[in-house]
Amino acid sequence: MSTRSIAGTGSIAGAGSLSESATPLIQLRGVSKTYGQGQAAFLALKGVDLSIDRGDFVAIMGPSGSGKSTAMNILGCLDRPSAGEYLFQGIPVQLLERNQRALLRRYTMGFVFQGFNLLPRTSALENVELPLLYRGVAARQRHVAARAALERVGLTGWESHSPAELSGGQLQRVAIARAIVSQPLMLLADEPTGNLDTQRSHEVMELLAELNQDQGISVIMVTHEAEMAAHARRIVHFRDGQVARDEIKEPAPCC
Amino acid sequence: MLLNALLLALGEIRRNLMRSFLTLLGIVIGVAAVITMVTLGNGATRMVAEQISSLGSNLILLRPGQRLGPGRGSLGAPSFKKEDVEAIRSQISGVQEVAPSVAIGATLVAGNNNWTSSINGTSNAYLSTGNWQLEAGRGFLEEEERAGKSVCILGDTVRQELFGNHSPLGDAVRVKGFSCQIIGLLAAKGQGAMGMNQDDLVLMPLKTVQRRLSGNQDISTILIGLRDGVEASSAMQRIRSLMRERRKLDEKEDDDFNMMDTRQIAATLSGTISTMTGLLGAVAAVSLLVGGIGIMNIMLVSVTERTREIGIRLAIGALEHEVLLQFLIEAVVLSAIGGLLGILLALAACVGLASLMGLPFLFDPAINLMAFGFSASIGVIFGFMPARRAAQLDPIEALRHE
Ligand SMILES: Nc1ncnc2c1ncn2[C@@H]1O[C@H](COP(=O)(O)OP(=O)(O)OP(=O)(O)O)[C@@H](O)[C@H]1O
Ligand SMILES: [Mg+2]
Repeated sequence: MSTRSIAGTGSIAGAGSLSESATPLIQLRGVSKTYGQGQAAFLALKGVDLSIDRGDFVAIMGPSGSGKSTAMNILGCLDRPSAGEYLFQGIPVQLLERNQRALLRRYTMGFVFQGFNLLPRTSALENVELPLLYRGVAARQRHVAARAALERVGLTGWESHSPAELSGGQLQRVAIARAIVSQPLMLLADEPTGNLDTQRSHEVMELLAELNQDQGISVIMVTHEAEMAAHARRIVHFRDGQVARDEIKEPAPCC
Repeated sequence: MLLNALLLALGEIRRNLMRSFLTLLGIVIGVAAVITMVTLGNGATRMVAEQISSLGSNLILLRPGQRLGPGRGSLGAPSFKKEDVEAIRSQISGVQEVAPSVAIGATLVAGNNNWTSSINGTSNAYLSTGNWQLEAGRGFLEEEERAGKSVCILGDTVRQELFGNHSPLGDAVRVKGFSCQIIGLLAAKGQGAMGMNQDDLVLMPLKTVQRRLSGNQDISTILIGLRDGVEASSAMQRIRSLMRERRKLDEKEDDDFNMMDTRQIAATLSGTISTMTGLLGAVAAVSLLVGGIGIMNIMLVSVTERTREIGIRLAIGALEHEVLLQFLIEAVVLSAIGGLLGILLALAACVGLASLMGLPFLFDPAINLMAFGFSASIGVIFGFMPARRAAQLDPIEALRHE
């Protein structure tokens, strides 16, 4: 990788100074997403405007098919909007090159996928280590950090199991461990409690709240359950590819 | 980063043992097959060349009868006589030596052993024209040839069959009711170019065979050794006109004798062998291709899974070229290991088969390199190309791939 791009993302990833906290972490301006072409074209997002502050804990709710995952993918720089602007810390993401977006993901974001997306035939520990590997962290530190992350999600003792040997709930927790192991600036979680029982779900919510409070990680998560959304400071409701309602229960801590 | 990619690649190989093994197998088989076949073919060619040189250089075989064509055997064509041999020796320039030969099959008995072989009535000149060495003893004396004495020189096979390992010099063998003293032993020549055993023969003076075995004065083959540097074709021309004259053929009549020179035999044989080597090479090339298609198949089948894997890596923040480097290293490592194993397997097979088939083992670096290069590039290309396509997708597209 080039030194220029490291320097670029370094400033993005830098610990929040006062001047940076003035710009919202995330700004979506009229973001639309069209899937398919011609007759089969489907408008999954219809001009979403959304601003999320640094350090906030946001829950996104809405019926199935309302575009929650689509919006998360765009926020996570995994997908590009068909129209509109996405500013991440004031940087227009749609103007960045592929590799710059990859570096943005590498150094600032953790992503928990709805379908986990763990590497098959690869131990939980190695899966969790992966983001650190691409960050160039030395092997010993990777092991330590990955074990710690697995411990935080309650998977001590399961490090050497491969995804095929783990239950849905355990997979979900490995995916969470992988997303938090690199202590990202922003954690995006698409239904992180979708496969967990209520007890586990609350534990995961407490973990997210803790990461948000103690480490200042901004958390954006999708959930179907109001009970879980209650852990967040703000709830954004999606309907038919638009923001239908925005509930701010308490302001983001830093503003 | 290179180290990282190397570790990732090795991890992937270890993790997907079956896939890696199958890829490896395709390469190993392809490489080993090509190298083995071509190497053995080269050995066969070399062996034939050596056997031809063991025939003696520049030898002309003169036989009665027309050479080719149906119903044109030597039947009816008169045999040669002793005088023909003399005439060729004295009248043709460039001739080193001339040996008459008449061969009769007969059973030899020594003690409790018996063995049926070909008894060759000839002269001492046979040894030099046929490029034979004496292992022990001596050739025929002039006196023995002239008087048709009962003496014989045994080929290596005959000696072994009748006497085992002890030397029979001075002993006698019985042939059709007469006893024959063994005066010499021929050094072994091994298998002939056509696969026949050259050592299964007994030499006796021509006169002995004519008087005691064939009962006539006929000579069935005349071997003519030429001096070094003498053109076989012009010598053959001179022999031909001499023989036509001696056999009183008028201008309209075809030759009732034929000639072959060893160069000609050599050319025919090495032509055959190189055709065979070419054929083997083609078979081997097909197996290389099949191995290649096998590799392709495995690589393409795993594309779906690999595309998802690439999607995951990209989503986590891997750069395109990092992913590509990993896949490239994986493909290179597999192909290289496969290629090297293939070469080792081929060497083992070549050494084993060559000694089994009595062929010389000739290591040919060019074919090793070529086979290795071909299969390695297939491995690399088909391991790498799908990865390259996947790595160019948006991460979310790669993740959705089905
Ligand atoms: N790759 C795609 N191609 C075509 N249409 C798509 C694609 N992905 C999503 N869609 C459509 O876009 C709409 C929004 O999908 P999205 O996955 O964002 O919904 P969601 O809100 O996450 O739903 P859920 O709660 O079920 O996960 C859906 O109607 C879906 O059919
Ligand atoms: Mg979804």
